[in-house]
Amino acid sequence: MGVSIEVTSLNAWYGTNHTLLDITLHIAANEATALIGPSGCGKSTFVRCLNRMHETNPIARVTGEVKVGGQDIYSQTSAVEVRRRIGMVFQRPNPFPTMSIYDNVASGLRLNGFRNRRVLDEVVERSLQHAALWEEVKDDLKRKSGASLSGGQQQRLCIARALAVDPEVLLMDEPASALDPVSTAKIEDLIFQLKVQYTIVIVTHNMQQAARVAERTGFFLNGKLIEFDSTHKIFTNPSDKRTEDYITGRFG
Amino acid sequence: MRIQEPRTPRAAAAEPAGGLTPVAVPAPASQIRKFLQSRGSSSLADSTFRWLMVLCALSIFGIVALIATELVSSSKLTLTKFGMKFFFGSAWDPVNADFGALPFIYGTVVSSLVALVIAVPLAVGVAVFLTEMCPKALRGILSFLTELLAAIPSVVYGLWAIFVLVPLLRLYVNPLLIKTLGWTGLFVAPDFGIGMFAAGVILAIMILPIISSLTREVMTAVPHTQREAVLALGATRWEMIRMGVLRNARIGIVGSIILGLGRALGETMAVAMVIGSSPTISKSLLAPAATMASVIANEFAEAADDTYRSALIEIGLALFLVTIVVNMLARLLMWAVTRGAPARVT
Repeated sequence: MGVSIEVTSLNAWYGTNHTLLDITLHIAANEATALIGPSGCGKSTFVRCLNRMHETNPIARVTGEVKVGGQDIYSQTSAVEVRRRIGMVFQRPNPFPTMSIYDNVASGLRLNGFRNRRVLDEVVERSLQHAALWEEVKDDLKRKSGASLSGGQQQRLCIARALAVDPEVLLMDEPASALDPVSTAKIEDLIFQLKVQYTIVIVTHNMQQAARVAERTGFFLNGKLIEFDSTHKIFTNPSDKRTEDYITGRFG
Repeated sequence: MRIQEPRTPRAAAAEPAGGLTPVAVPAPASQIRKFLQSRGSSSLADSTFRWLMVLCALSIFGIVALIATELVSSSKLTLTKFGMKFFFGSAWDPVNADFGALPFIYGTVVSSLVALVIAVPLAVGVAVFLTEMCPKALRGILSFLTELLAAIPSVVYGLWAIFVLVPLLRLYVNPLLIKTLGWTGLFVAPDFGIGMFAAGVILAIMILPIISSLTREVMTAVPHTQREAVLALGATRWEMIRMGVLRNARIGIVGSIILGLGRALGETMAVAMVIGSSPTISKSLLAPAATMASVIANEFAEAADDTYRSALIEIGLALFLVTIVVNMLARLLMWAVTRGAPARVT
């Protein structure tokens, strides 16, 4: 099952650029939470703070508290352990081009020294099925490279790779923005099924996508969280004028 | 955009967007989570790895320090006797034990510059041809031959230079240069064939492969989208190469030139065989000269007394310092050229 995330006064910087200002929000377990906002508003930075990916940039800095399942990921554990528990899917599909489809999916477990062949086979099959890719690749699992797939398939492969380590949270940073509508529909459908088991945080530029997949939506602007509420409320009756302007396309 | 009534999750789950049948949800694979948690923080492995890498990096400092101390301690005799005068004096008289390194420093720097002037345009041209316009069948052969040049031993280059290059220069190239560029003072008779220019040419051939293969690497690394972006603006092929490829690759190209320069500065055998071994500073590139490396190679065997040997080792020290200074200057130049320039796309 997924776990909830409790973010308290999170601030983030790139060099001297203060990109996140005092974000506080609660992300519920086993739900999809969408983050919307114009480019550069800090929503990507925010998800990257949730698995301590932000700090991989040497000029980046973070303060505040992020509790995943009750554990503060910045003080009570190491970045490596955090990332084992929290999966991430990036904007551009980034399968390992030198690995087969099977090895791509197995990579997370293999790199942690998981050697049980039988279980590995099971996990790979289950993850690919979960990512709705199994039927398309089951005959070429060990023959084809991850890079030989189409863009949409590659992104689903990346989702399968993230799911293979059975994460408690799945972060998706604009997972469908580089994909065509059919692949996008498949990914959205996937999010629907995955949130039964995982907590999902999805960054998106596509407001209809947020409306379709998420129970809750947060609107970011200039590094601030302007409004965070149920998706229904945000899209039908937002309480902040700026949110309304954005979702009705008056700016942004 | 219209405000859209969101579908409730339940309704959408019953009617998936992509028309896929929902996957039956298996029981949570807590076995995997438990396994991953049992792995601990791996911080010991991480810090071991880190210290190992730090040790590897520190060994570089150790090696450089060892070389420097050895060079200084073995040349103590002339270091104390001549002081800084050694580096600026132009006398080289072993019989009267009077030593100055300036002619050799001059020879090293000038022969390397001549090599760069010849090799850089040639190498970049080869790289442009190989990456942008070479027919596939020819590409493999040509790049193999270029890399083959790098595998030929220095002494073979030297022999080839003595028997082929030097006569060629003396009979055809140098008279032409004297006639056309004689007014600059860089190419004046007498011309023996051997000399600074011959050394520069052989050095150019030797550093050509390293510059051209590295330049080719960085040019290949320029993303295809950059080429397309320039072509879509209506650029000709040459404009595309200049703006879309060379511009993006310039930092890498300068880096490869610095590597080539480093090799030219220290190259010994081939240079020693064709430069003429004369400790003189002459404006004419056709006059015989000597480099720091060539004088050490040519004279070390006959350095019988301690002062002479110490002087040659101090030349080694000077070569060490000149290499560092030239590299620093080259880096400074690179920094000045690229300062404020947008970062190279990856």
